[in-house]
Amino acid sequence: MKAGHKIAVMSSALLVLAVGFLYPGKNVSAASEGKITGTIKLDGTAPRQRPIDMSKEPSCAKIHESNPVHMENVVAGANGALQNVVVYVSEGLTGNEASAVSSETPTWDQKGCQYIPHVMALNPNQHFKVTNSDQTSHNIHPMPKQGGPNHEWNKSQPTGAPPFDIFWTNEEIAVPVKCNIHPWMHGYMAVVKGPNAVSDASGSFTINLPPGSYTVTAWQEELGTQTQKVTVGAGKPATADFTFKAK
Amino acid sequence: MAKLVAVTIVVIAIISAIPILRHTWWMAEDISTHGAPIDEQMSETMAEAGISFLASQILLAYFIWRFSGSRPGEKIKHLPGGAKAMVWAAILLVGTEVMALGIFGTKAWATIYFTPPAADAMPIQVQAGQFAFYFRYPGPDGKFGPTHPDLINEGTQNFFGLDQDHDPDSKDDIVTAEMAIPINHEIHLLMHAKDVGHSFFVPELRVQQDFVPGLDLSLHFTATKIGRYEIVCTQLCGLGHYNMKAYLSVKSQSDFDDWLKKQAAQQ
Repeated sequence: MKAGHKIAVMSSALLVLAVGFLYPGKNVSAASEGKITGTIKLDGTAPRQRPIDMSKEPSCAKIHESNPVHMENVVAGANGALQNVVVYVSEGLTGNEASAVSSETPTWDQKGCQYIPHVMALNPNQHFKVTNSDQTSHNIHPMPKQGGPNHEWNKSQPTGAPPFDIFWTNEEIAVPVKCNIHPWMHGYMAVVKGPNAVSDASGSFTINLPPGSYTVTAWQEELGTQTQKVTVGAGKPATADFTFKAK
Repeated sequence: MAKLVAVTIVVIAIISAIPILRHTWWMAEDISTHGAPIDEQMSETMAEAGISFLASQILLAYFIWRFSGSRPGEKIKHLPGGAKAMVWAAILLVGTEVMALGIFGTKAWATIYFTPPAADAMPIQVQAGQFAFYFRYPGPDGKFGPTHPDLINEGTQNFFGLDQDHDPDSKDDIVTAEMAIPINHEIHLLMHAKDVGHSFFVPELRVQQDFVPGLDLSLHFTATKIGRYEIVCTQLCGLGHYNMKAYLSVKSQSDFDDWLKKQAAQQ
C-alpha cells in the first residue's frame, strides 16, 4: 500500500471511530433505550399538613372556600405514596448526558395563591415559564444558597402580566421559592444535571436514560435524600423504589 | 382684576369648607369604647382649623378688594406700629391654639395609652412581617410559649418560630392569619415586628400604632360592634406594603369561642 493510501485509510478509520464515540452521546433517542421506574413511599404517619388560612387575600380564599388547601411539605397519598420527590442521577452520567439540557419548557404557575407545581425539577440552563393565573399580584422570590453559584432574584408579577421566561445556571438541590406578599406560598425548584423526574400522586416516577450503572438520588424537602445504585440494561426497565421514614 | 381674585379666593375657601362641614369624607364609624375623645378632638381640630382658614381667606380677600389698585397721589398707609405687631399677634394666636389643641389632645391620647389594661383583658399577640400580620392566642394555659427567631419557617407555617416539641407553653398556642375578638371584651394586644417597621391600623377601632423592630409594644381596646374590619399597615415597609393587611372579626362571645376551638383543631 502506498504511503498516501495508508494515511487516507487510517484517517478514515479514526474519523469513523470518533463519530462512533460522539454519536451515542448526541443522539437523544439513545437515552430512551433504557429507563428507571420506581415508587416512593413514606414509612410511618405523615406529619399533619395544616390547612392554610388565606383570608388576607380574599380572591384566593374564595377559590378554596369549600375545599381548603393544606401545606404541601409532605404529601403522602394512599399506602404512603409520596408525592413531590425529586429523583435524579447523581453519579454515572457521561459528560454529554450530564451537560444535556432538556428542551421542554415547564411552567411555574401561581394559581389560587399556590405554586403549581409545588416542586419542579430542571436542568441547569433549562428555560421555564413563570405565570400568574390569579386576580392578585405575586412576587416570585427564589432564594438559592447564599454565596452559591446561583443568584437570588425577586420579580413582581401583577395580575394579567405576561409570563416571563427564566432559567438557573447551576446545579442546586433545591432552591426554595416564596412569595413575600402571601407568606404561605412556598415551593422548590431542584436544578439537577441529566434526566430527572418528580414523583406523582401515586408516588411513581420514570427516568429515561441509556444503559449503564448509576447512582440514583431521591430528594424530599422535609425528609432529606436517599440514594441507591441501579444498573440499567438495554430495553429492560430497571426498578428503584425508595422508602422515606416519617420523622 | 384684583376684585376677581378676591372673589375667587372666597369662593375656593367656601367650596373647600363644604365637604368638611358636611362630613363627606369623614372617619369610619367608631366601634371602640375609647374612640369618643379621639373623635371629639378631631372635630375640635377640624372646627378650629376650619374657622381660622376661612377667617384668614376672607380677610385676605377683603384686603385685596379694599386696597388693590392705586389712585394718583395717594399715600401708602401703614398699620400703626408696622408689621412687627401683626407678626406678634399672629404668633400668639396660633401658638395659643396649637398649645390648647396639644394639651387637650395629649389628654385624650393619655387616657388611652397610659392606662393599663383591665386584669381580665384577653391577651393576643400580633406579629408584623413583610407583608402579613399573624396572630397568636395563648390557648387554655393562658401562656404564650417563647419564640425562637431561628425556627421561623414560612414553609412549615411556623410564623412565630415556636418550638412546640420542647416548649410546653407553646403546645396549645393558636396561630391565625385573621384576628377574631369577642365583642365588649377588652383586648390586650402585644405587638412585635419580625423585620422592619410596620403599623397596626383599624380605622373603626380608632387604633393606630407603629411596630418598632426590637420593641415589644402593647395596646388595649374594646370593640362594641360585631363585624369584619380591615387591619392595614400604614408604615411604608417595602414592595408588598400595599397588600399588607389582615381582617379583624368582632364576634359574639359564643361565636368567638367556636371560632377559637376550630382554630385550635387546625393547629
